[in-house]
Amino acid sequence: MTVVYKKSGMLTDAPFHYCPGCTHGIAHKLVAEVLEEIGAEGNVVGVAPVGCAVFAYNYFNCDMQEASHGRAPAVATGIKRVRPDTVVFAYQGDGDLASIGMAEIVHAAARGEKITVIFINNAIYGMTGGQMAPTTLEGQKATTCIYGRNPEINGNPIRMCELISTLTGPTYVARAALCDPANVRKAKKMIKTAFEHQLNKKGFSFVELLSACPTNWGMTTEQAVDYVKNDMQSIYPLGVFKEE
Amino acid sequence: MGKITIEKERCKGCGLCVMYCPKKILALSDKETNGNGYFVLTVVDESGCIGCANCAVMCPDSVITVER
Amino acid sequence: MKQLMKGNEAIAEAAVRGGCRAFFGYPITPQNEIPEYLSWRLYEVGGCFVQAESEVAAINMVYGAAGAGARAMTSSSSPGISLKQEGISYICCSRLPCVIVNMVRGGPGLGGIQPAQSDYFQATKGGGHGDYHMIVYGPNSVQECVDIMYDAFDVSEKYRVPVMILGDGMLGQIMEPVELPEFKDLSKLPRKAWATYGDNKGKDRQIINSLLIEPDVLERHNHLLFDTYKEIADNETMCEEYLCSDAEIVLTAYGTVARIAKSAVDILRSRGIKVGLLRPITLYPFPEKAFIKVAEQDCVKEFVCIELSMGQMIEDVKISTQMKKPVKFYGRVGGNVMTPEDIVKFVTEEDK
Repeated sequence: MTVVYKKSGMLTDAPFHYCPGCTHGIAHKLVAEVLEEIGAEGNVVGVAPVGCAVFAYNYFNCDMQEASHGRAPAVATGIKRVRPDTVVFAYQGDGDLASIGMAEIVHAAARGEKITVIFINNAIYGMTGGQMAPTTLEGQKATTCIYGRNPEINGNPIRMCELISTLTGPTYVARAALCDPANVRKAKKMIKTAFEHQLNKKGFSFVELLSACPTNWGMTTEQAVDYVKNDMQSIYPLGVFKEE
Repeated sequence: MGKITIEKERCKGCGLCVMYCPKKILALSDKETNGNGYFVLTVVDESGCIGCANCAVMCPDSVITVER
Repeated sequence: MKQLMKGNEAIAEAAVRGGCRAFFGYPITPQNEIPEYLSWRLYEVGGCFVQAESEVAAINMVYGAAGAGARAMTSSSSPGISLKQEGISYICCSRLPCVIVNMVRGGPGLGGIQPAQSDYFQATKGGGHGDYHMIVYGPNSVQECVDIMYDAFDVSEKYRVPVMILGDGMLGQIMEPVELPEFKDLSKLPRKAWATYGDNKGKDRQIINSLLIEPDVLERHNHLLFDTYKEIADNETMCEEYLCSDAEIVLTAYGTVARIAKSAVDILRSRGIKVGLLRPITLYPFPEKAFIKVAEQDCVKEFVCIELSMGQMIEDVKISTQMKKPVKFYGRVGGNVMTPEDIVKFVTEEDK
């Protein structure tokens, strides 16, 4: 018998701090597996965000920088500009990327920085305890909109892939969902394509991953993946939004 | 024919693996807990494993190694 | 050979010769000639320049580039420096060497675009959240800007503490003859063991981080930072003493104001009044020893602290002199600059 699946060598042995059923862990694995497959080991710097993934620097088995809230694309820009032949990626959540860091992500994309950004959209602020995120769905409950997000009061969710794909700088923009094995395998393919765009110095590459947060959604694992599959995907359709 | 190895101390008992096992041979134990107090993954029927790796693909904590 | 250069451009060229290979900035008056110059100059020497979307992004680009081992810098002016403060706090905690130039303009708020020294507190006391300092220089001429900028990366890298050059609108815009130094040989610089070059694997991997969530670890880190500041105070403090040995009145000022004060000293001396000047060149660490030494001279009756602010450095003067002699204050704000005669008038009328 041969091993067909094992933990990636691009992950450290540190156990993830994420809650049970949180799909951040799946996203970490996919990025690590892709880094291994493209031979990035020994030539990669990752940038961790502020939010649930703040400790990502403990998990990726490579040089890492921890950015201030929302600024991971700016930090990644600084790294990539002085190390243009090094693979540079940023890993960000929805509050980090689509709220406080909106300027940084849009401008890094517009400049066509040759970096890869992995965007975890779980429609909630996890680390701080379940507040409304920029991507929280209409009607979705959060601790700062306890009756559900009301656009009249709380505004509307932001679709990042659609927004980013209007810019000239990105060459690959895609959205996947971490809700079942088939979709996870698709997500991995997209992440790999995104990193290949960087390796080929094509342009900015961006993959959004719809992700489950059972803890802050107040759901079981099963309910949470159903929510990703049905509710989230109806607002955030999957697919490749731009490929050049 | 497949075989899975479970690193039980890393398991958080979320059940994503159980949900997506096509052969329904996985379950969360209702007795056995690990050092963190989680009810851990167990294999109900080892002979039924086809080595598809769905469980490992879905595991957020890299608990499962799959052989085929 | 000396050449005539504008302060901002001279700083930019000195940065390049001192090893700067990455600049990230955002336009703001009165420092625009620095990014304008470096936008083309850095590409001539294999470096990079990015006009960032904001000062916030610019300082975080510096964080990334400095963390990846490059000699990176940014420049701005007062409101822009306020925006950079969060990033500077992260840079200080993560112990990343870099250079930040602040060509101060009058405030608060949007303020004006004329020279001021009203960012002294912000520069020397930390500026952002948490306990930290930068090494802060207050040069008084274009040549001194060049000399300090030229060595700034060496000093910053030696201690892993960022350097801030605190100028003002006048220093940035004035044209003076300067002697430019030779290019530093970057190939001789050692590899930075802590930097994320990307080629560290496994147990050798490096993490640039300012999250220290264990109280004991964070406390130890704070002590480490302050041990470093003490070492810097011992080794790097700079101060100019001018005619202080027999002075009865000691003027104290930094930056361009110190030049005006020096002219006032000469006028007053020509009238037989024994006046001297004590000019801090490093504002942090503040030259405490030089100040207490002069304050303890029997001949010294008083200090006059002169600033383009409502009185900021005067606090350090009072602390450093341990109030052994009275410290008077003369300041102009809003972008107004005093003349030597104004200072002469203040000193002579105050003493009637």
